[in-house]
Amino acid sequence: METIFDLARAQRRAGAQVPAPESVEDLPKTALREHLPALPEVSELQAVRHYTRLSGLNYSIDTQFYPLGSCTMKYNPRGTHRAASTPGFLDRHPLAPVSVSQGFLACLHELQEILQRATGMGSVSLTPMAGAQGEFAGVAMIRSYHAARGDTGRNEILVPATAHGTNPATASMCGCIVREVAVGPDGDVEIEALKAAVGPATAGLMTTNPSTCGLFERRIEEIAAIVHDAGGLLYYDGANLNAVLGKVKPADMGFDVLHLNLHKTFATPHGGGGPGAGPVGAGELLAPYLPGPIVEKTAEGYRWTEPPHSIGRLSAFMGNAGILLRALAYALMLGSEGMQRVGEFATLNANYLAARLGQEGFDIAYPNRRACHEFIVTLAAQKRRFGVSAMDFAKRLLDYGVHAPTTYFPLLVPECFLIEPTETESKEEIDAFVDAMANVLAEAESNPELVKSAPHDLPAKRLDDVEAARRLDLRWQARKRSL
Amino acid sequence: MPFLPHTNADVASMLAVVGAADIDELFDEIPSNLLNTGRGNNAPAAGDAAGMSEMEMLRHMAERARADETGPCFLGAGAYDHHIPSAVWDIASRGEFMTAYTPYQAEASQGTLQLVYEFQTMMSELTGMDVCNASVYDGGSGLAETILMAVRAGERRSKGRPAGGRRRVALAGAVHPLYVAAARNIVGHQGIDIVQLPYGENGLADPGRVTGLSEPPAAVVVQQPNFFGLLENVDAITDQAHECGALTVACVNPMTLGLLKAPANWGDGGADIVCGDGQPLGIPMASGGPSFGFICTRQSLVRQLPGRIVGRTRDLDGNPGFTLTLQAREQHIRRAKATSNICTNQGLLVTAATIYLSLLGPEGLRNVASACHARTRDVVAALELPRRFDAPYFHECVLRLGQPAQPIVETMASRGMLGGLALGPYFSDLSDCLLVCATEKRTTSDIRQFANALQDAVRRAA
Amino acid sequence: MTDTPTDARYAETHEWARLDDDGNVVVGVSDYAQEQLGDVVYVELPEVDQQVDAGAEAGVVESVKAASDIYAPVSGTVVAINTSLEDAPELVNQDPYGDGWFFAIAPDSSDEMEDLMDAAEYSEFCEASEAGE
Repeated sequence: METIFDLARAQRRAGAQVPAPESVEDLPKTALREHLPALPEVSELQAVRHYTRLSGLNYSIDTQFYPLGSCTMKYNPRGTHRAASTPGFLDRHPLAPVSVSQGFLACLHELQEILQRATGMGSVSLTPMAGAQGEFAGVAMIRSYHAARGDTGRNEILVPATAHGTNPATASMCGCIVREVAVGPDGDVEIEALKAAVGPATAGLMTTNPSTCGLFERRIEEIAAIVHDAGGLLYYDGANLNAVLGKVKPADMGFDVLHLNLHKTFATPHGGGGPGAGPVGAGELLAPYLPGPIVEKTAEGYRWTEPPHSIGRLSAFMGNAGILLRALAYALMLGSEGMQRVGEFATLNANYLAARLGQEGFDIAYPNRRACHEFIVTLAAQKRRFGVSAMDFAKRLLDYGVHAPTTYFPLLVPECFLIEPTETESKEEIDAFVDAMANVLAEAESNPELVKSAPHDLPAKRLDDVEAARRLDLRWQARKRSL
Repeated sequence: MPFLPHTNADVASMLAVVGAADIDELFDEIPSNLLNTGRGNNAPAAGDAAGMSEMEMLRHMAERARADETGPCFLGAGAYDHHIPSAVWDIASRGEFMTAYTPYQAEASQGTLQLVYEFQTMMSELTGMDVCNASVYDGGSGLAETILMAVRAGERRSKGRPAGGRRRVALAGAVHPLYVAAARNIVGHQGIDIVQLPYGENGLADPGRVTGLSEPPAAVVVQQPNFFGLLENVDAITDQAHECGALTVACVNPMTLGLLKAPANWGDGGADIVCGDGQPLGIPMASGGPSFGFICTRQSLVRQLPGRIVGRTRDLDGNPGFTLTLQAREQHIRRAKATSNICTNQGLLVTAATIYLSLLGPEGLRNVASACHARTRDVVAALELPRRFDAPYFHECVLRLGQPAQPIVETMASRGMLGGLALGPYFSDLSDCLLVCATEKRTTSDIRQFANALQDAVRRAA
Repeated sequence: MTDTPTDARYAETHEWARLDDDGNVVVGVSDYAQEQLGDVVYVELPEVDQQVDAGAEAGVVESVKAASDIYAPVSGTVVAINTSLEDAPELVNQDPYGDGWFFAIAPDSSDEMEDLMDAAEYSEFCEASEAGE
């Protein structure tokens, strides 16, 4: 589609949005621009039509089945968006005095308590802006804890070989060295490899549970004991909490600190890339190091507080406050019973889908294990037999009006799909997806070229990533005009 | 159950396919001592195990929201009460934008991808830089990412030379104190040292101090307008930074760039990296988030840029299309050696900002900027209070009350008015000072009401 | 089957090293490595006159799906870099042992070449890592 800049004509404008000009004679000339920026000059209707049309080029949860593994693309209830869009919340200034912020603080306090109960952690800080910032907070807390004890040699973070890329990236960003621990053929961490990896340099272990393979790490208590005995701490990456929400509490598994992805487990929208929210929770040991601010309830009302040895704030204000409000609204509608149903039905849907795909002749990566909320299909055999890769398969699925599962993650399994249907999808949607998968499989055999050149029915044909990276074109080239 | 489509018949037939007797059996790999320990114990509040209906939830939330409603806002300090055109959130809230994931499947995400490419163009135009990323979290964490990027760029330039990389960054004294706090808390873990150049009696950084540092920094960070609303001598600071081999980092309010000089044109060489918070571009204050941070830079530094970037390319038919590019910088490929750990960003807010900038256009943005300045000028004129600093200000201004400002702010709040920011908690030498701000939304009557209330509070407290 | 010329020696990190007529060691990545990477989109090279140690990072090679560090196979001083890779990184795929070379090192000693694998050993090494996948 043409860009907004192609639609622009000099001096055209959305007149109702342009305030009257005012004098700025009092400002020094050297501080001012010589040319107006070449922003688009379009009418209001042109802008509205352009961006409405662009929206139609996207797949989204509201329009398509979106079984993206590790992303928990469940329904984002509209009511939560409306609740967070109430004027009293939208118009609240982040630095408004506490005396005129009791409503907002009460909401945050309520959410802190809900997340404490759901995870078993004694304290929660809501400020991290996304999972990766929650991870950063957790690793920084672990480092601060060791430093406060004078144990300064602990700079290694252990991660399973299947870990999401943010885990090692976070550890480095926090000044730590990353060590990978091998994962066995059953998908669980190799205990002997872990024993060999821990030592006086171990700051902690970061892991999800269920793992990125969609499997519950059965020896998690043994893993916790090994890390703790070596003097390290355990970090729970909440990316996969949806599988066990209401069923298992991370604190009971032996974790010392965790983050939650509210944009996954608590149904806040992904927004085409964000925003998220990554609250961190901690047990007694690490609670004093939580990032601030935290909301505290006193006899005089709610107020901001910062834990005694806090790693400090990680953003200018209160994180992604509007996302926190949406998560609260969602939790209020679930209630404790609904929260328990989340993990149960996410697991039911995943196991049903895995069984159906198995019947259709797909290779499930860990056929002898119980799937949690997601599972892996490997298309290595199809690649070998028909020359059709997981990426080709994914692109052809788009033609069937479903979003593709996560491809090539975790890295351990060749030609893989990580598939997560979520609890909000109906049996009919899941069955339709199975049909689409079966059709593509038949095409891969009978007409592999059709699959390899997919998609055919989308707004764009297969895009050239190599060309994009070799000849960078990162902005439309605009022209200048005088002020 | 809310949001679950399953009928009893569905559950029964699905379990039959799986070969399980009941749902509990699906959890049989989980050690039994870990299971269901929270049953009945994780209710959001006592007595509502069944959950609220949407109507009840909305009533509950609306009561809370109503408690926080205030009168006209004269508080800025990084979050600004601008008018937002109705179309911005009508479109940004469409499910196709709001409930899409990160555009990894490019062919099914051309809407988001093209929009981000347009956003990168608009931000590059505003700042004068070559490229912009697709957002980081906010202005504060974005400053931290920018500092890490500057240090990394320095290390690359000094590769193989004995001097090694510089691990110190100099910040002008009047950079937003909450940005500085976030940046320190993040970059400190990599042993990067932040030094602040004190602001002078005029409230500005002294360019001469840059070259006077005992050890040359990797970068010099300056905010324009600075936290006090003052216009820094950015040309001289940029030149001085370059003279000592440091990069110049500009921290800006993008709305002001409708009128103020683009950082690429500061001094002889221009700023090297530009960061800031996009909240003024069509995003509600909403307690400070979500908004978005942005980072723009020169083409030569693009591989050090954190966050996603969209590029234009061609599809198999040769038609133009858009895709995420330069992904080898990012955590999902580079893992421990990534430019940042950022994954989820602030995409939906970028969507809003892009629509906002399209509706405002060059003239609209310039006029909003000038109206903000004119209204702030009206506030200063309406108050019989001295300015604390005499350098030229833009859109925000520090006033001296002659007595502690914090109680005055509390008094104003008790009358339902956000009367500015008391600076004492951030700058101990400014405890009698108030940072005030007005936007294009403030009317003559708002300003009169504010001036009367503030002067009344000051008189009574004196 | 990938190409593994016998006139070069190989590192476990998949660089090849070949002694040229001037006594410099020319370095690139093997055919096997370029095939694993896929279409190369960017190459970062060391600077001329830079000192490098054997096994130390001396550059980066990127495709759209992977990024790998390039390690110096021998210690010495960088005497030349292949600037044509800046505009044409595809040379790494097209001609990994020829026009797709990365840089040349004036080696501190000739001994370190002996520590590298010969073509037969390297082919075996690649097959073994293939089987291990």
